[in-house]
Amino acid sequence: MLAHLVFWGLAVVAVLAGVAVFVVNSMARASYSLALSFIAVGLQVLLLQQLYVGVLVILMMVMEMAIMAVYMNMFMGMNPAMMSMNMVHGARHALPVSVGVFLLLAAGALFAPWPSRRGSPPADVTAALGTELMGPKMLTMATVGVVMAATIVSGVVLAAHRTRYDRLGDDLRRPRAADPQPGGVSR
Amino acid sequence: MAETPVAVSGGWAPVAAGLLGTLVVAAALLDGALAGRAAGARSRMGRPVGEVARLLRQRRRTTVAADRLLWRVGGAGLLGMALMIVTVVPLGRWTLFDLAVGVVWVNALDVLAWAFVWLTGWGANSAYAMIGGYRFLAHGLAYELPLMFALVAPAVAASSLRVGEVAAAQQGLWFVVWMPVAFVVYCLGVVAIAVWGPFSPALGRDVAGGVTAELSGVDRLLFLAGRYALLAAGAAFAVPMFLGGGGGPLLPAWAWVLVKATVLLAGLVWLRRRVPALRPDMFMEVGWLVLLPAVLLQDLLVAVIVIGG
Repeated sequence: MLAHLVFWGLAVVAVLAGVAVFVVNSMARASYSLALSFIAVGLQVLLLQQLYVGVLVILMMVMEMAIMAVYMNMFMGMNPAMMSMNMVHGARHALPVSVGVFLLLAAGALFAPWPSRRGSPPADVTAALGTELMGPKMLTMATVGVVMAATIVSGVVLAAHRTRYDRLGDDLRRPRAADPQPGGVSR
Repeated sequence: MAETPVAVSGGWAPVAAGLLGTLVVAAALLDGALAGRAAGARSRMGRPVGEVARLLRQRRRTTVAADRLLWRVGGAGLLGMALMIVTVVPLGRWTLFDLAVGVVWVNALDVLAWAFVWLTGWGANSAYAMIGGYRFLAHGLAYELPLMFALVAPAVAASSLRVGEVAAAQQGLWFVVWMPVAFVVYCLGVVAIAVWGPFSPALGRDVAGGVTAELSGVDRLLFLAGRYALLAAGAAFAVPMFLGGGGGPLLPAWAWVLVKATVLLAGLVWLRRRVPALRPDMFMEVGWLVLLPAVLLQDLLVAVIVIGG
């Protein structure tokens, strides 16, 4: 009973914090409202006994929101005295579309013929979930992970305007790199 | 200490908080004494006590157009983080929260420092405080990944994310002996989340106190106490992770946990005046080119030993 109350309480917190993202007037508040919403969801996942997934949701989302808040504030040149930001753009079209999407999804959730429970949950629900999601495709998933990491690295390399020739000279023979920002290990 | 710890009722939480508070007071007194010695005075052990009294009576400073909600959340958050960390630290045979993923739990909590320290710097609407907040995040980009991978090593060695089982896996040999790199990087991470010693440029004098520039009265007291509490909680968590948990001769297990935590905490406090400040821009490369590869090699070594042995 208590677990049910906590679960629904967290659901309300998650939704309200999600709404707050579009109501508050500064990027820092928007970011951390979203973080709060995700923390509530992470705690709900904990209540479902998906301990690892739940804690990981909280870890990843807090870190992501911290980084997002920093970048958004830097790009928008924002400080607490400039709280006039509006998170909603093109509200005339966006509002009906989002209400429509919400109603569609909510109708799907309410009217779908949910199956009744067969059997009982396994001892380790996290392992069961992982097997169910990945199962025979584990090798594919592992490969995709490496490819994604390689893509990120190559993207950064291509986007960087300074190459190794700028740093180490045309013949790459400069003993110490000429960097505008000195590093900490004297490369 | 063969058996894994049992979870006690939540009614014991105030006791855990009290133990953490005792460590905080001891650390503050020690820091006062060390500060006195560094200044050539005989002893200034009483200084933290006087400082607490002063801050409790001080009137709150207000700044124009501060984001008060986020400012207060950030300032009080560090203390909350420390309290949540100690819930999974077993004290000998007992633990408050016997979570199967305790190691990840602590990892998730240490990430919160990113939010709280930056918010404390941002909320005041003060340029220096905001610079301090960004300095902390620059440090964070360099220390966070090595810290995460440092926590991986003991978990791999024990084949468990349950803190009690990690402690119990060190019957024969403490993890600090055969994973010293992970231990050093972990301690560095603890010092970093407490914005302590080498990681204090975020509170630097050159930026008028940085994150703490506009903090006053109770808010300042909470933030400073939170820093000590994070040091203490980090030292306490190192005991089951690296220092053999409650293992030791003569004394009972719970006493050994306290002794080890106190000694490590004293070491971390002492470090403050012995290690130069790490400039955030310089430390970035140290973190990514030295610490991260070193700790990854440590993880590899541990994994090979676990599979081979």
